[in-house]
Amino acid sequence: MLPVAYRVVERAAQTRDAATLRLQPDRAPLRRGRPGQFYMLYARGIGEVPISISGIEDDGSLAFTIRDVGAVSRSLHSTRLGALVGVRGPFGIGWDTSSAIGHDLVIVAGGLGLAPLRPLVLELFGHRGDFGVITVIVGARGPSEFLFRDELAAWAAGGDLRVELTVDQPAADWGGPVGFVTDPLARLVLDPATTTAFLCGPEPMMRFCADLLLRDGLPAARVQLSLERNMQCGVGVCGHCQLGPLLVCRDGPVVTYATAGDLVGVREL
Amino acid sequence: MRGRRGDGPVVLDVIGLDGLLTALRTDGYRVIGPTVRDDAIVLEEIDSVDRLPAGWGVDARPGHYRLRRRADAAMFAHSAGAHSWKQFLHPPRQRLFTEDGAGYQPADDDYPRLAFFGVHGCDLAAIARLRTVLGGTAAFARRADGLFVVAVACTEPGDVCFCASAGTGPAPGTGYDVALTELAGPDDHWFLAEAGSDAGTRALAAVPSRRAATAAETEQAHTAVVDAATRMGRRLPPGDLRDLLHDSRESPRWDDVAQRCLTCGNCTMVCPTCFCTSTEDVTDLTGAHAERAERWASCFELDFSFLHGGSVRRSSASRYRQWMTHKLATWHDQFGSSGCVGCGRCIAWCPVGIDITAEAAALAREHAGDA
Amino acid sequence: MLDDLGALPLFAGLDDAQRRVIGTVALDVHFAAGRRMLFDGQETRAWWLIRSGSVALDTTVPGRGVVTVQTLGAGDVLGWSWFVPAQRWRFGAVTLEPVRALELDGARLRAVCDADPSLGYRLTQGLLEAAVHGLHSTRARLLDLYAQPPDGRRAP
Repeated sequence: MLPVAYRVVERAAQTRDAATLRLQPDRAPLRRGRPGQFYMLYARGIGEVPISISGIEDDGSLAFTIRDVGAVSRSLHSTRLGALVGVRGPFGIGWDTSSAIGHDLVIVAGGLGLAPLRPLVLELFGHRGDFGVITVIVGARGPSEFLFRDELAAWAAGGDLRVELTVDQPAADWGGPVGFVTDPLARLVLDPATTTAFLCGPEPMMRFCADLLLRDGLPAARVQLSLERNMQCGVGVCGHCQLGPLLVCRDGPVVTYATAGDLVGVREL
Repeated sequence: MRGRRGDGPVVLDVIGLDGLLTALRTDGYRVIGPTVRDDAIVLEEIDSVDRLPAGWGVDARPGHYRLRRRADAAMFAHSAGAHSWKQFLHPPRQRLFTEDGAGYQPADDDYPRLAFFGVHGCDLAAIARLRTVLGGTAAFARRADGLFVVAVACTEPGDVCFCASAGTGPAPGTGYDVALTELAGPDDHWFLAEAGSDAGTRALAAVPSRRAATAAETEQAHTAVVDAATRMGRRLPPGDLRDLLHDSRESPRWDDVAQRCLTCGNCTMVCPTCFCTSTEDVTDLTGAHAERAERWASCFELDFSFLHGGSVRRSSASRYRQWMTHKLATWHDQFGSSGCVGCGRCIAWCPVGIDITAEAAALAREHAGDA
Repeated sequence: MLDDLGALPLFAGLDDAQRRVIGTVALDVHFAAGRRMLFDGQETRAWWLIRSGSVALDTTVPGRGVVTVQTLGAGDVLGWSWFVPAQRWRFGAVTLEPVRALELDGARLRAVCDADPSLGYRLTQGLLEAAVHGLHSTRARLLDLYAQPPDGRRAP
């Protein structure tokens, strides 16, 4: 599958080491992805990495939030306006909201995990009446590490969602909550029969949150999480993304805890 | 390939076999078959049956492979060679695209029509496994779709063979154009040949020296194959291996294997169904020309599972567990069948002689002990 | 108040009679925002079960100033040291928003538990569960999961 050329039309630095790029097709567009899906982004001559969609615009442009953690992501992260990026996709299974109609929703984002959840939240705004109480919990390493800070403030002020931010390490100018995301999560009063949860962040974080939700009575099938593994093809033929029986690019990245629960805790699986 | 059987089995002698090979070449196929090179039996393009390893057998044992001279002139009585047919359908390295500033160009490749000459039952099943996994990719489809397969039933299983318990032999399953059974004795040397498709029927019809097989000849050939099933060198344990491997995730046996496994990846290279690849992206020094290639990869490579600053599977125990569990168990979840065809190559070519059937049996004993 | 107490997970394992006893050593209290509830080093007397609002646990670090270690909210216990007599608080606590809390007298509660070991045991179980949750959260933060991989381990 050949990459398709997309041009960087907007670049917004989010934190010290993460930026959101908005891309538009240089010629023919790829199929529009759904929240939770990912594309393979190619930094010419350097390599390709899987990045979840962090924004889907009506005009066909796609946004990706990229953190500089290696050679490929460094190149993508610093791509200049107007430059071309190779894109393949969309791939994978995205967030399932159709099974949560009528439910209260709990969305927990840790660190960069907010990026794949952002398009989910934006999509929910368009169908707000279909859901009950929507709570978004966002954790970050420190106050300067939150992604989409202005947007989070707007969501909080808008009245449609409850937004709770929390940091692992406070800074002197932070007067807000301090604690792991499981702290505000534990304080939620939930009706387990009519709640669906969406989790995204480092795997241990999702495990801790899922365990807490299950302890509160949520069925594992109603806790969705987004998995990550080394991916090189995106279509289930290179073998790198295996997690036990799952090919994460094809059977995920979004899976339920009923599927992934006994996989994510296994050492070196 | 459809299973129309034409006019019933025919008998070919060695000249007739060569006639079949020649007919395929005349038809434009590049014929790949076993041949002796560098003290081993390898797979290469061949132009006549003279290139086949007549009279050569193999002494294959855990961590051991040697040719040996046979008393007869059998051409297909060998197994567990380091080559498998996968290298022709899924090459060790292939370019995917180039980019020279004017857009992405798929890599040019020629896709010759291939005829595989001498595919044992295990390897025939392996081709089908690869088709299931890779059949959706354009390059594989172009290589595999025009394939002509001359399968060969095994009458003399090797010491490391376990196709019977893997359900893939000694008789070839579906997917061949022509199936041969070789009967090689001190006085004669002939082949029972059966068509498995229209193309196979046509190919056999082009061999002038063929004659219809007698009932006795057909019986003799089939009996030889049935007997072979009872003389397998080893076997997989009975029962549901998917459940067994799943339940064995935390077994101490993995640490035991890890004491021996070098994570060299030989097993994955010689395995006819291992398909994992890694992509390589390069440019020239000016950056004007970029290209991507894919190359065979192995889940035994330390950075195969690299993620977030380190590999998910660092220890040899976890990497061996991944390979064996995938091969025997999670392949079912991913692709609907076992990934192992019982060819025994991994056993012969493991430098320390690790035997997947013995490891499976050890897990089964441990599991039964717990139950 | 009895119904109130029954609704709190901390007291869920107690029977009605035991909850009534707790009620005799508990007070419904309110704090305005910005009010310091505890000073680091202060002698322990009362502890609190937060009903609503939020409280910052803090300590002073020379050069860094007053550092918030954790924030607590509805359902959280503030103050563990009351368990053992004559302890001093290790951290300070200041309200970030108006807080409604159940205030329990440490000494009187210890006496009540001595008199009724069954109540003491069940209360301890509830408190231990809350403490373990706090320990897990703290350990999760120690993992520093959102951090960058160290320099030598960047992706190829």
